[in-house]
Amino acid sequence: MVKPTRITNSIRQLRFTHGEMTQADLADRIGVTRQTVIAIEQGRYSPSLEAAFQIARVFGVPIDSVFHYPDPEEG
Amino acid sequence: MTHQEKRAWIMLVVTVLAYGTYAVLILSRTHGRPLPQLPYATTMLWSIGGAVLASIVADVATGGPARSRVTDVRDRQIGRLGDYIGQSFVVIGAVAAMLMAMADWERFWIANVIYLGFALSAVLGSVAKIGLYRGTFPQW
Repeated sequence: MVKPTRITNSIRQLRFTHGEMTQADLADRIGVTRQTVIAIEQGRYSPSLEAAFQIARVFGVPIDSVFHYPDPEEG
Repeated sequence: MTHQEKRAWIMLVVTVLAYGTYAVLILSRTHGRPLPQLPYATTMLWSIGGAVLASIVADVATGGPARSRVTDVRDRQIGRLGDYIGQSFVVIGAVAAMLMAMADWERFWIANVIYLGFALSAVLGSVAKIGLYRGTFPQW
């Protein structure tokens, strides 16, 4: 059954608080296209686990400061 | 728009135009004759060759610098899923052609059902890829 991802992220806010990093800059650092970064920020695409860790590493924060998964009761 | 999405659009437009042109040319020749009696082979080959050439030219013209042609994991996932969705029509066309051959149908119908299968596969696959680029990548 196809379902939308429940993972949300704070990438846009983190970019702005880290020297107003552009989507293109972030894309270059993690090895994806700018359009992929846009899709991830908008919740239309879930990055691979490796890409998720790379994004967190770029911002120097734990991965769960970047990506958020709702608790079961928040469902 | 990524280069791979541009290629999906190119494939969609070129396929629709090439197959549409082929169909119009063939149907314009009927003049009351049954379709299997019409000369179709040369027109079909020109249609296919023209589509291939047009795709290459459009791809080069819209490509931009090498940096813009980079593909990433999302491009590869969308490419695989789009091709997977489109390939069903190749199978349908091939099975239909096989059954037609067994039933001794004219070669006109066999060739055209195969070509139609390829065309629908390209259209469906391209539409799927464009939808995936524009919308949400599904989770299973």
